[in-house]
Amino acid sequence: MVPEQRTDRRSLSKSPLWAAMTSWDFALLVILAVVLAAATSRVEDFAQTITLTFLLLDVVPVALMATGLTLVIITGEIDLSVASTLGLTSAVLGQLWYSGYTLELALVLCVVLGALLGALNGLFVAGLGLPSLAVTIGTLALYRGLAYVILGDRAVADFPFDWTTRAVDTIGNTGVPTAVVPVIGLAILFGITLHATPIGRGLFAIGNNDATARFSGISVGWMKFWTFVASGVMSSLAGIFWTFRYASARADNGYGLELAVVAAVLLGGVSIFGGRGDLLGVLTAVVLIATLQRTLQLARYSDEVLNLVTGSLLILSVVVPNVIAMIRAWWARRRAIDDSVPPPEHHDRRVLEGTNT
Amino acid sequence: MSVTRVDPPRGSEPRPAGEPPPVSSKAQTARHVVVVRELGVLAALLLLVLITYAYNSRFLSEQSRHDLLLGASILVILAAGQTMVIITRNVDLSVGSLVGLIAFGTGKLLLEHPGTPLVVLLLLGMVAGAVAGAFNGALIALAKVPALVITLGTLYIFRSLDNLWAGGQQINAADMPSSFLDFGTSGALGIPWLAWIALVVVIAVSYYLGSYRSGRELYAIGSDSDAARLSGVPTGRRIFTVFIVNGALTGLAGVLYAARYGTLDATVGTGLELQVVAAAVVGGVAIFGGSGTAYGAALGALLLTTIGNALPVLHVSDFWQQAFVGALILAAVGLDRLLVIRLSRQMKGRRAHGA
Amino acid sequence: MTRSRRRLVSGAASLAILITLAASACGGTSRDDNNDSSSGSEPESSGEADPNAPIQEGLHITFLPKQINNPYFTVSDGGGEQAVSEFGGEYEEVGPSEATASSQVSYINTLTQQGVDAIAVSANDPNALCGALNQARSANIAVVTYDSDTSPDCRDVFVNQATSDSIAKIQLKLIAEQIGGSGQIAILSATPNATNQNAWIDVMKQELKKPQYANIDLVDIAYGNDDDEKSFQETQGLLSSYPDLKGIISPTTVGIAAAARYLSSSEYKGKVALTGLGTPNQMREYVKDGTVQEFALWDPEKLGYLAAYAAAALVSGQITGAPGETFEAGNLGQYTIQDDGVIVLGPPTVFNKGNIDDFDF
Repeated sequence: MVPEQRTDRRSLSKSPLWAAMTSWDFALLVILAVVLAAATSRVEDFAQTITLTFLLLDVVPVALMATGLTLVIITGEIDLSVASTLGLTSAVLGQLWYSGYTLELALVLCVVLGALLGALNGLFVAGLGLPSLAVTIGTLALYRGLAYVILGDRAVADFPFDWTTRAVDTIGNTGVPTAVVPVIGLAILFGITLHATPIGRGLFAIGNNDATARFSGISVGWMKFWTFVASGVMSSLAGIFWTFRYASARADNGYGLELAVVAAVLLGGVSIFGGRGDLLGVLTAVVLIATLQRTLQLARYSDEVLNLVTGSLLILSVVVPNVIAMIRAWWARRRAIDDSVPPPEHHDRRVLEGTNT
Repeated sequence: MSVTRVDPPRGSEPRPAGEPPPVSSKAQTARHVVVVRELGVLAALLLLVLITYAYNSRFLSEQSRHDLLLGASILVILAAGQTMVIITRNVDLSVGSLVGLIAFGTGKLLLEHPGTPLVVLLLLGMVAGAVAGAFNGALIALAKVPALVITLGTLYIFRSLDNLWAGGQQINAADMPSSFLDFGTSGALGIPWLAWIALVVVIAVSYYLGSYRSGRELYAIGSDSDAARLSGVPTGRRIFTVFIVNGALTGLAGVLYAARYGTLDATVGTGLELQVVAAAVVGGVAIFGGSGTAYGAALGALLLTTIGNALPVLHVSDFWQQAFVGALILAAVGLDRLLVIRLSRQMKGRRAHGA
Repeated sequence: MTRSRRRLVSGAASLAILITLAASACGGTSRDDNNDSSSGSEPESSGEADPNAPIQEGLHITFLPKQINNPYFTVSDGGGEQAVSEFGGEYEEVGPSEATASSQVSYINTLTQQGVDAIAVSANDPNALCGALNQARSANIAVVTYDSDTSPDCRDVFVNQATSDSIAKIQLKLIAEQIGGSGQIAILSATPNATNQNAWIDVMKQELKKPQYANIDLVDIAYGNDDDEKSFQETQGLLSSYPDLKGIISPTTVGIAAAARYLSSSEYKGKVALTGLGTPNQMREYVKDGTVQEFALWDPEKLGYLAAYAAAALVSGQITGAPGETFEAGNLGQYTIQDDGVIVLGPPTVFNKGNIDDFDF
């Protein structure tokens, strides 16, 4: 029997409502609500349907990549090659189109490509036991490099008009882009898999302690392998969307985006050690960052303020809970009342850095 | 390639009489792996140089050698610092942004006070870098938060501070004192000053890691931090110090960058952090922590720079360069693993036979 | 593999094959039939031009350069600011810190939302901005491209610093003179997709086929990405790869400054000629120490100034972007729109030791 998902160590009371309210997800939703409220009232031009359109169009590729990446990080690994997969997919899509392949066939091939690229990562990490941080730094360079080998300095831009419009079309007058629908569908699929199936519980178990998971009968290697494949497929979908949205296939599409995606996942409450986190938090974080970007740009602040805010939020998101836990522990010791649950120790090896708890 | 026997690490602090130097078989395996790996990187480097030289003898001309050493120096210094961090099983992703910030700061300072002596600039840069490193280190060691997350956050913060400060400004080499720029490009005995500094840094870091007890403790922390703590290693303090030192070295690299390139704006150093980690990984510093040396990381940095310089000479299109580097990183990581498996099997075999 | 897993894998594989077959069998959209379809929604032209219409007061004009921390654009946009204050408008400058098309799209979207009157943009990519720009034009925002163009269907007019022809030809002429008419040359460009640099390089390649350049051989094109360090290293690479290289053309101010800096501290100083497009302030030191003899540019300040006036003329109805229309551009005088909606600033200026101290940008 696989161990249950650990209770969030930040919520120490027994009441589920209290647990929900003090959870990180809730905090994120509150922050998002506050930002939206402030933006609507204080920033002119924010309260328009088109704001929603632009915002959600920006969210789509990041949400796709973050969803796939969440699975990888929950098992305790990391995938830094997501943006390069996006770029390579875009380059291949452009080249296939340029060489006369039908678009439908090219799209299928691109999704297969994403799976293969993810599978290569999975092979190195799960199959050969190599550290995912180092491997995906390598594939980050390799995949981006291949994108340049394929397209060089060219850009393929003559995609059919109705395809590129479809990418930015909205549902009626709501301002919500139609592209959001498949993203939500995929998010629900991944969410259910992660939080309500044995597969998902297995992923959390692996993240918690992969030795224990292995002894419980979970095939750790295969599961990690498939998470990388999933991450690759999601990144290639993001690449396809990107290409149609900007009507341009270039080797440098999405350059540098990987750190932003990782930041969004971490901000969403997923522990870098694995074993903890949920998809709702990640998606909230993605929407939050995009909202901040829209708001700050509309309010005529430079891009840098956004980076400053993102970086600070990221740091606060890990420091604050730890500090609160430390204060609570200290307080409990002082009062000599043992009603606090000591935070579970993390004794097992993580494939990333460890701290000294 | 053969495996060199390595003596057990010496300590510089007096030990209680009679106590033998601690040599676990695991440490010995790690040592063997590291030496073999470094020889491997050196061999790859020499092979690359020879092939390129055979193709075009100008590759080893004085100008080319000079350029190569200059280009590698900054990466070498950063890789040496990063080695210490990675050995303790952490990582510092903020180095690129910090280099940019300090390089620009150096430029601004020289614009206002062109007469500032070089030593002062270097010291100021190192102090500023150390402060930034302390910020990282405090959060990581004291608040016990993962280094990847913190340094990702500070990567963003330092970069945005740099952009806010620099704005659209670009400091041109023409505005900088020529003595400063000369320092960045000239040298002694045919080797640029920057390369001499890099050499000193690598030797110092390696000596510290190999010969000081606190240096060896870093390996222990990276291998098994709980065991290290239980053995009395002050892990928090060590990690804090490591980040401060890495920050200081990053500051040094920032000042040297300003001297070498002269033209500075807000984009300086972007993307450097991944290059530095790649150099360390290629040089045999295990990303899991617990093994690797600064010599290896320096060789890794030198190899990466040489590839960058050799590919154009070999008329390999620019567009292949990045793919090549990516493949190299994968090969290096794979090789690491292979060697560890082989050697630990060898070790096990020896133990079983009572060796 | 367990049986269930095998089933899963084979099921997935068959599904994939089915989809692929279906996709290819159903004909699908391919590039050849695409060329006939329409290329996009172009907003209709706004009617008749009235050259005598006054410039409206309080026009909100925003400049969106390729990259915000690039000194060339700081100067050109400064010229725009000057023009805007002359005709009583509101000036703004926004832009990305990295020269990418997708970040420019984000800014264009914001400007569309803010309902500015006109956008003056120097494009990082000729096509990627089109969707956003056309959306802006549908919202009655005038779009002027300057310095680096987009595809003509996404903008109203393009303010070109000089004709692509004259920019390319002058650089080629200068390098030919400086290397004595024969030898190997290389080009150090900006980003591989940059519209303007690629247009100029194409003209240069055509020119090189002419008999007067028969002895000059273009051996390589390197890309410095308008990044100082990269351009520096690419220069290094060119010189070590081509031992007989006699000259380098760098049609970008970042590239030529980096190349000059490298050359002046290397053994190639004085032996390898360098020319291209540079700003006097950045190049002054190298002209004086003999690394560079002559280089060309235009006045970027005037470029921005003209772009702002063109934008104002568009919004005020003085022009609609059709060839032959004319408008007044402050103290630069009258300008006429050429084919394809292009407005040309004037011929490039050549800088050398004799005149470089007369300029401050």
